[in-house]
Amino acid sequence: MKVGRVVGTVVSTISAPVFEGRRLLLCDGLDAAGEPDGSYLICVDTVGSGAGETVLILDEGNSARQVLELETAPVRAVIVGIIDQLTVDGELVVPDG
Amino acid sequence: MQLARVTGTVVASVKAEGLEGVKFLVVQPLDRRQQPQGDPVVAADAVHMAGPGELVYVVSAREASQALPNTFVPVDHAIVGIVDAVEELS
Repeated sequence: MKVGRVVGTVVSTISAPVFEGRRLLLCDGLDAAGEPDGSYLICVDTVGSGAGETVLILDEGNSARQVLELETAPVRAVIVGIIDQLTVDGELVVPDG
Repeated sequence: MQLARVTGTVVASVKAEGLEGVKFLVVQPLDRRQQPQGDPVVAADAVHMAGPGELVYVVSAREASQALPNTFVPVDHAIVGIVDAVEELS
């Protein structure tokens, strides 16, 4: 799993059926210091996360389908948690120490 | 999933089994500010409506083929949605 931060939403009317009625969020990937590392993912939100929140992202198809309870779905990235606190090397990364 | 811009079309009459009727497009992957990032790739159009110039999102790897009617086909990038807007949250 990866740690990311919600920075936007993706609005899409024409999409594969699996995305209908689901929220797509644009998330920056974060490095160990909690800073954007230059990567990003468009993720399906399963936990009701919102702007600026630090989230736990799954980027693997089998697990994504398991979370969405679907047998086949062209989905890889899903948000599966909202991070309240993250500590790396004894330093508090989230919330900003 | 990643953002990409459709930049071209691909015509191939000889294809692997299962790919009949699947439309292929050339897409340029984008960073989240919609600037080109990396090399263009060929993606299957799973929404049947994408065309050159459009902003789309693309799923890669094994999951790409799951966007197609026949899910056991050799495809590693698929367009799974056309983007109307990317709204930055503040």
